[in-house]
Amino acid sequence: MNTVNEKTQNGATAPVFDEALIKSLEEDSDGQTFTINIEPPPAMPDGCSSCAVHNAANLRSLGVDMTEWDYVVALAGNPNVGKSTVFNALTGLRQHTGNWPGKTVSRAEGGFEYGESRYKLVDLPGTYSLLATSMDEEIARDFILFGQPDVTIVVVDATRLERNLNLVLQVLEITDRVVVCLNLMDEARRHGLKVDERRLALDLGVPVIPTEARHKRGMNELIQAVDEVATGKYQPKPHRIQSTPPALKNAVNQLVTQLEKIVPGLPNARWVALRLLDGDQSIADALNEGRLGALANSNTSHPAGDLMAVQL
Amino acid sequence: MTTTSIPMNAPPQTRHGSESETSPEEVLALARTLRWEIGGDFHQTLMETIYTDAARIADRAVTRPGEKPRFDLDRTIDGLVTSRRWGIPIMILMFTAVFWITITGANIPSQMLSNLLIGTIYPALQQAAAAIGMPWWLSGFLIDGMYLATAWVVSVMLPPMAIFFPLFTLLEDFGYLPRVAFNLDNIYKKSGAHGKQSLSMMMGFGCNAAGIVSTRIIDSPRERLIAILTNNFALCNGRWPTQILLATIFIGALAPVYMAGLISALAVVGIAMLGIVISFLVSGMLSRSLLKGEVSTFSLELPPFRPPRVLQTIYTSFIDRTLYVLWRAVVFAAPAGAVIWLVSNITINGTSAAQYIINVLDPIGLLFGLNGVILLAYVVAIPANEIVIPTILMLTVMTLGATNLGAGAGVMFETESNAATKAILTAGGWTVLTAISVMLFSLLHNPCSTTIYTIYKETGSKKWATVSTLLPLAMGFAVTFVVAQVWRLVFGAG
Repeated sequence: MNTVNEKTQNGATAPVFDEALIKSLEEDSDGQTFTINIEPPPAMPDGCSSCAVHNAANLRSLGVDMTEWDYVVALAGNPNVGKSTVFNALTGLRQHTGNWPGKTVSRAEGGFEYGESRYKLVDLPGTYSLLATSMDEEIARDFILFGQPDVTIVVVDATRLERNLNLVLQVLEITDRVVVCLNLMDEARRHGLKVDERRLALDLGVPVIPTEARHKRGMNELIQAVDEVATGKYQPKPHRIQSTPPALKNAVNQLVTQLEKIVPGLPNARWVALRLLDGDQSIADALNEGRLGALANSNTSHPAGDLMAVQL
Repeated sequence: MTTTSIPMNAPPQTRHGSESETSPEEVLALARTLRWEIGGDFHQTLMETIYTDAARIADRAVTRPGEKPRFDLDRTIDGLVTSRRWGIPIMILMFTAVFWITITGANIPSQMLSNLLIGTIYPALQQAAAAIGMPWWLSGFLIDGMYLATAWVVSVMLPPMAIFFPLFTLLEDFGYLPRVAFNLDNIYKKSGAHGKQSLSMMMGFGCNAAGIVSTRIIDSPRERLIAILTNNFALCNGRWPTQILLATIFIGALAPVYMAGLISALAVVGIAMLGIVISFLVSGMLSRSLLKGEVSTFSLELPPFRPPRVLQTIYTSFIDRTLYVLWRAVVFAAPAGAVIWLVSNITINGTSAAQYIINVLDPIGLLFGLNGVILLAYVVAIPANEIVIPTILMLTVMTLGATNLGAGAGVMFETESNAATKAILTAGGWTVLTAISVMLFSLLHNPCSTTIYTIYKETGSKKWATVSTLLPLAMGFAVTFVVAQVWRLVFGAG
């Protein structure tokens, strides 16, 4: 399989201030820091870069059947940001509604096609955070964590960017494969706000697409960005929460080291560590029952990993 | 293709195998130890960290308009509806307007529906039953019991719900309800409860069972329990029709005709407000006795005002709420109608079972400004508050033995108009005091069985389910007792 293509290198050399990368450069005792810049991302496996990464078995227990679809896209966002409008604009009439398995929370799913690929779009409950303090948050969190969607679109309100970014940052802790849909740009204009989406894309390290879903503006660009992330043409370099106090940093590092031992290759070990420190029982259970291990496997061995039956 | 994240600042990864295997339990134990080391405000620290990052990134990307913001309609509206002085009066005004529209608008369609279901279809069914020689007990059970109960619930509940729910949903869609929560938040906090309780109360105005499920947004178990125990004081949709009907025929009638609609609406709002006040008092009481503890804080999002999508809202609220609630009422009403018919027609020594029970309950009921019929109706109506009034009417007619007024023993029937309903109730010994007592008792009594079961499921405790059932019931008896005694002192035997 191809190890790295040109687009990947473009992604790697993009002028994004990546603390994680710099840190790993500093810790490299060999002094060969110059060569690292042009190396492929360290965790790159020998799988194909355009293959889907979603966890089909987990998705099945989350109630999503992937037999007729290539990629699964999750739609997250705060309440009141026009998420359902984006959903309708993307799927048109190809949608149906039901409930989350075993829950009384309703959910909509639909689909769209782009190029050769068929995308399934799953609407997550609108939430302000992913700390799983309510059923809605737990559903959204579990879907992103265990379902490992190929892309997660986070719809944000351009007029209330600061508050909406809280959710984006939390999603970015769980998955890299994010596209930010900067919605309600028309309202932002009406309020006299200017939002620099390129600055935002650089700071967040993921594509940011300005849209006015109510008028179906920006939808094509959004689909294109989703496709680029899903097929690996765009390599996100996501922002990680930075201003953590030293004591916390140290604790997280200790936990991450331990986690890496029991679950090698866990894609979001740092986030799992933070959740464990916060006393999140559902994550502790997932660790105990070996469900986090399944996530690491599905990422490294593909596509056979998808067939592993995992009970959620 | 995979994720490219490097665990930030993690020491170079040592491959496993070099040392002894680590188990999940050890990691969890380590997490617990570390949690103690970094202190209890970890959650707070983490949230602040995220907020700081979000603020920094947003600040870099957003350019605000010049120093002095232009006149902003949203902000002006917000300032008004959440102001200390005007917030609550505006809230009362808005809800009064909603109920006034509901009360005055529901009369005509209600009349048309009852003409159709009871005036036309009901006799047709009876004739059909007679034509095929159906035995009297079967046709009584099916047509006089089940069909009539269902028809009554549909004709009485559908019109007000079809008006009330879309209006309520429009307010919600416009973004007004979170402002109501904002107005109430401060008072809840003062009474030792969680501010988010205002949100679960709002939900409880639709359905208490839904309101109780929505208390999951409250993190602290102590505050959540308070919210669960007091949710029943939010007048649920099953009880609105009772309030609206009694307010219309007894309280509105006290005022001149042109004022009647408004006075009735104010009476209903008054009862709803009383429920909110009682929820404050009970929350305060609980948090100072059984459920002591600290109040936790939270941030409440006030979403921007959006022009509501009127047609879509009316459609979805009709499908999601009106038909849903109506269906639930019908499902409970049909069997209840059958039970009522049975109790009224099973006779012991020539007197029906219902009559026996009513005779026993009557002296007790009178103490509270109620009567035996009402108490029995509330027992029959435990599965659904919606059928209280039909049950009362049916039982009243039965005890009067005045078959010329209604359709016979144990037949739950619809009367031609509100005036006729009033005539029956007055003949059954009802006064304005009885109407007020029933309105109060409807606010303050045990939750319906669905809600009790939901409380049991949510708390996992029979004890709290029992408390939440008996507490409002005891309060209801206490309040109606005091009101009845004071009323009789002031107005005489009344």
